[in-house]
Amino acid sequence: MNLDDALQTFIVEAGELLEQMEEALLRIEQTPDDADTINAIFRAAHTIKGSAGLFGFDHVVAFTHVAESVLDRVRSDELRITSELVAIFLSVRDHLGALIAHIADGKEPDDDTHRTSAELVTKLRVYLGPPAPASSQALVPAKQNGTVETQAGDGVGTDNWHISLRFAPDVLRNGMDPLSFIRYLTTFGKIVHIVTVVDAVPRLAELDPEASYLGYEVAFHTDADKTAIEGAFEFVRNDARIRILPPHAKVADYKRLIDELPQEELRLGEILILCGTLTRTELNAALSHQTALADETLSPIGEVLVDQKLVQPQVVAAALEKQKQVKEHKATESGLIRVNAEKLDVHINLIGELIIASAGASLIAQHTAMPELLEASARLSRLVEEVRDSALTLRMVEIGATFNRFQRVVRDVSVDLGKDIRLEISGADTDLDKTVVEKIGDPLTHLVRNSMDHGIEPVEVRLASGKPAHGTVRLNAYHDSGSIVIEVADDGGGLSRERILAKAIERGLAKPDQQLSDQEIHELIFEPGFSTVEKVSNLSGRGVGMDVVKRNITALRGTVEIDSTEGVGTTMRIRLPLTLAIIDGFLVGVGGSTFVVPLDMVVECVELSAEETAASQGRDHLDLRGEVLPFIRLKQLFDIPDPPPADIDFAADDTFDNSNAPQRSGLPSTLLTAEGAAALARDPELAFLLHPVKRENVVVVQYAGRRTGLVVDELMGEFQTVIRPLGEVFSGIDGISGFTILGSGNVALILDVPGLVRRVAGREGRRNIQATTYAMAE
Amino acid sequence: METKCAVTRIPIEGELTIFTAATERLHLLDAFESGNEVEVDLSQVSEIDSAGIQLMVAAKREAVTRNTSLRFTGHSPAVFDVVELCDLAGHLGDPMLITARS
Repeated sequence: MNLDDALQTFIVEAGELLEQMEEALLRIEQTPDDADTINAIFRAAHTIKGSAGLFGFDHVVAFTHVAESVLDRVRSDELRITSELVAIFLSVRDHLGALIAHIADGKEPDDDTHRTSAELVTKLRVYLGPPAPASSQALVPAKQNGTVETQAGDGVGTDNWHISLRFAPDVLRNGMDPLSFIRYLTTFGKIVHIVTVVDAVPRLAELDPEASYLGYEVAFHTDADKTAIEGAFEFVRNDARIRILPPHAKVADYKRLIDELPQEELRLGEILILCGTLTRTELNAALSHQTALADETLSPIGEVLVDQKLVQPQVVAAALEKQKQVKEHKATESGLIRVNAEKLDVHINLIGELIIASAGASLIAQHTAMPELLEASARLSRLVEEVRDSALTLRMVEIGATFNRFQRVVRDVSVDLGKDIRLEISGADTDLDKTVVEKIGDPLTHLVRNSMDHGIEPVEVRLASGKPAHGTVRLNAYHDSGSIVIEVADDGGGLSRERILAKAIERGLAKPDQQLSDQEIHELIFEPGFSTVEKVSNLSGRGVGMDVVKRNITALRGTVEIDSTEGVGTTMRIRLPLTLAIIDGFLVGVGGSTFVVPLDMVVECVELSAEETAASQGRDHLDLRGEVLPFIRLKQLFDIPDPPPADIDFAADDTFDNSNAPQRSGLPSTLLTAEGAAALARDPELAFLLHPVKRENVVVVQYAGRRTGLVVDELMGEFQTVIRPLGEVFSGIDGISGFTILGSGNVALILDVPGLVRRVAGREGRRNIQATTYAMAE
Repeated sequence: METKCAVTRIPIEGELTIFTAATERLHLLDAFESGNEVEVDLSQVSEIDSAGIQLMVAAKREAVTRNTSLRFTGHSPAVFDVVELCDLAGHLGDPMLITARS
């Protein structure tokens, strides 16, 4: 792995950690005493600091260090989480994000960034307060005066750390070299003196060359803190006995250090003098000092150290936490692979091509009517379908991460607005396409802000109307017939019909005598520049936004609808296709053309008998088991001429005569062998399937709870469809959302069912027929 | 292994690490078996770790037990660095040549 790769990983991981940190910060406001959450915040800051240090981003390390110190005080219960503190840490998190972004761009932080750093550090320092008394913090030098040396309770003179290391026999076999830890120490401090304790090394004849016998006593000078030094021995923690004594540690502590290694007592004392850690007087004081704990038996290192106040409990906790985290991290790492999104896209595209190719193969197989070939191609199609499904799930991500981001938005905005608003999230585990997730963020933000600003009323109004003082914004997601539905709901005042209508009339969008349904009035807020708010806030109300929201969602082949009750609340419902690339299609033939209806939206197919046509009396409604079903004749809608009369003798039908026209059979007759034709002649059923007699069928489709019938000539069955966007020329066409290429190489247009359903509901004029005809000719 | 004037000289080449310590220990023991003084040439040692260092210490100790002498000579830069790092030059007691390094 070269450095760039490692850096990339650092940036990605830092991003993830910052997200976790934000999430934890938002959680901590509700539960200020939750140790897990506090630890999560601390861990995020700590890990970022550590990794940044590895890459030498000193400004990040310096900044994070201050934040970490404050967090440390929170962990040790010296400081309580307050909302001001959370606010500061949210800025810290944002600033860290900015610093990481600078690194990602390969830029040096600019003056503004430095200023923000300085400001935040100043704010944080307030919380660091004056140094705690020595009793609570072993790291703070004990009081120093001229008479230190003689009193066993006082600190020793040296301002060096003392590190005592005894490695377990197995350390070498475990693949670790004690020397490398010593070397590592030199990277962040200076080894003032080192004594290698070789007393345990036996003579060569008795030496086990693979066991470790060495110990070290190190006088170490560094500005780093205890955690950093402990960190140096992170990996060897279980394979060594490590004592780290801070500068000016109490003489009694050294006494204990010596006591712990009784067999070496005298020599160790000498070693300590050699290291310059103790003076002769100090040593004598230590040895003569009778400690009450002299008979103390050896306890586990961590415990002993904590007992002796050599380390703060949180240092041990942090170390254990870190170890656990490393293990967990390894566990998840083995289960996940990071893949470049572009590679995935290429993969999906290839599968799209595969689907087309396999459709072509199966079509040919059908025409040859060879049972073996048919069977093989059926198996192939099934597998291709499975591959497609699994490839698509690769792109699926849960919407939860996107939703969680709104915790922050809601928090910030409610502070800005001075309203008490809570966010409720449900359906966070709903999957949707990654591309959709990426593009839905902005529209959602707009909707959420809108709900908070315009939807939720001020507290007085809420209380007056008998609602709880705090407003609620709900984000919800669920799957519904091939779409994902995302709801942004608020329990605010709802849309005011009168005000919207008045504004619309003022702007000439509606006529005063026009009868509009609630739905139609609500739709008006999506008009560009539409705003009924008297007071423009800095969040919304300028009338830019809702039209952009609608445009963005339409670009994703989605729709947005509004459900609002005045005084009760508003629900914005975004409906999006699950995926943007491939759908299961249902092929239908109309005249000489083939259309694709997204299969998810097809409810059923019924035959349209002549009686029913007559019964509808030209009103285009159908009696479907007692229900009124409006329908559209696609032939009329798209102005498609009737095809040449169907000819059962397929082989004789020379379709090349009008090769410009789309071929209804989907296969040039030349591909049909004489044998195939003979098979068709022998097997009337097969011939029937390939050439259904002319009769009308109704495909019942459903979208957003509304049903509509589409009258077609022919039902041609399921077909996996790779959606391709129409060119710009055809972008304005109603009723068509894209095209696809059939196995035969012909083009089939994909019906825009939502659009058609809307059209039926509104019975809009039949525009664009001309343009559609051009699209067909293409 | 060459024997001359009651001195057994053995060179150690390549790594003197956990991976080679067992082999080198046997070489050294063989050298002691000869009854001569032992001189170990370290000039070709490319890498040394804790296992190597303690092998040197153990060999010294062995020599003391056998009442003979063991010398390490021609410390390579790798050996020199580690002996310095551990501050063992005094303990091992062999003169080390400080070479100019680039």
